Amino acid sequence: MTLVNIFGLAFLAVFLILIIYYATGDRKLALTNFREIKAFSTLRRAVGLALEAGSRIHLSIGRGNVIGPQSAIGFQSLSILNRINQFTAPSDRPTITSSGEGAWMVLSQDTMRSTSQAVDAPFDQTQGRLTGLTPFPFAAGALDITLNEEVATNVLVGNFGGELALITEAGERGGILNIGGTDNIPGQAIMFTATHEPLIGEEVFAGGAYMGAGDTHIASLRAQDILRWVLIVIVLVGAALKLIGVL
Amino acid sequence: MKTPVATGLAIGVGLVVLLGYFIPVGILSNLRQLLVEWAGILAAVALLVGIFNLYYVHVSKIRAGHEENFYSYVLVISLTATIILVGWFGPVHSVSRWIFNHIQVPIESSLMALLAVILVYMIIRMLRRRIDHLSIIFVITAVFMLITASFFLYEMPVLSEVRKWIIQVMAVAGARGILIGIVLGIIATGLRVLIGTDRPYSG
Repeated sequence: MTLVNIFGLAFLAVFLILIIYYATGDRKLALTNFREIKAFSTLRRAVGLALEAGSRIHLSIGRGNVIGPQSAIGFQSLSILNRINQFTAPSDRPTITSSGEGAWMVLSQDTMRSTSQAVDAPFDQTQGRLTGLTPFPFAAGALDITLNEEVATNVLVGNFGGELALITEAGERGGILNIGGTDNIPGQAIMFTATHEPLIGEEVFAGGAYMGAGDTHIASLRAQDILRWVLIVIVLVGAALKLIGVL
Repeated sequence: MKTPVATGLAIGVGLVVLLGYFIPVGILSNLRQLLVEWAGILAAVALLVGIFNLYYVHVSKIRAGHEENFYSYVLVISLTATIILVGWFGPVHSVSRWIFNHIQVPIESSLMALLAVILVYMIIRMLRRRIDHLSIIFVITAVFMLITASFFLYEMPVLSEVRKWIIQVMAVAGARGILIGIVLGIIATGLRVLIGTDRPYSG
């Protein structure tokens, strides 16, 4: 076992301990302990407005590989879907999801089926869709949903590249609110210009906490904050040691 | 399968894969490799399910008699034709390659070209929608990079140095900062799935 592996495992153990510490007992945190992220406030309002207006939310999970590092953003998207669908499932126009990977389609259908059952609402398999397997066909299918399914809000949380611009452009033309975040760096630049409310960097991983998905989501935000400072100190100390010639 | 069983299974498999990554002991590494291979096979099966779903959604739209179902007809006909032809001739036959090179590639290239125009249009729209310090920095940097990357300005001494500094220092520093945040988010999500508080499966 190398030193890097030991450090990695120790880092994960500390992360896990911090999450459990802040998720249990009287140390539980309220969301008011954290800054406001406008995209999530807007999303919560958009869900309410969609219900009142009889329109739909379209959530796109992107096209990240389910067995690669992009899976985390997909799981985050499913957490947000879980919360949104609890409100929209009983409506006339329930949430529709689009994805560019078969496994995300299966998981999104599974998520919507379970939340629909929980609120005693019907579920239709066509709510969770695979729209294409390569970037542009995926975007073409997603923009078809955006333009033709009475969508009021596009929630784009997942792994996206340049094709994202086609979906948001369709949204703009249809007068649809675009909210989104991605783990892809070039995708973030496009997200920043193309959406009404972009989620920058790690903000997208706060989705579960800000949408009320549970205590561990809020606890993991605090753990991330603490460990971010630890990493910043390590980077600065490393840079200083390099500067004075120790490393 | 009841949810506690599915959750227990997911946690167990997740732990084995994680420990197999960090502790390179024979049995753990082999088990990890086997489980990841199984995941790959399941993802491939999910892909087939996804294609069936794509077909089913558009056939349902045609049956429902929606007004905007022209593209559904196009998709169903082209998907059926491609499956029959590629299934009959095989993926490397000239017919299959013709479909790829003369239909898919030109369409995707056209969309890529369209993207460049849309991006410029979006930057203008962003400035109309929200003018804050981030938007202004973004636009100034984008315009500066476009101008200095073009024509004779690319070689101009001071400008090319500034351009290099923006790419090698500012952009890399910003990207690394964002990546640290994203990686922490990825780890937090993974750990929540591992302890069973996030369950992206109903069981």
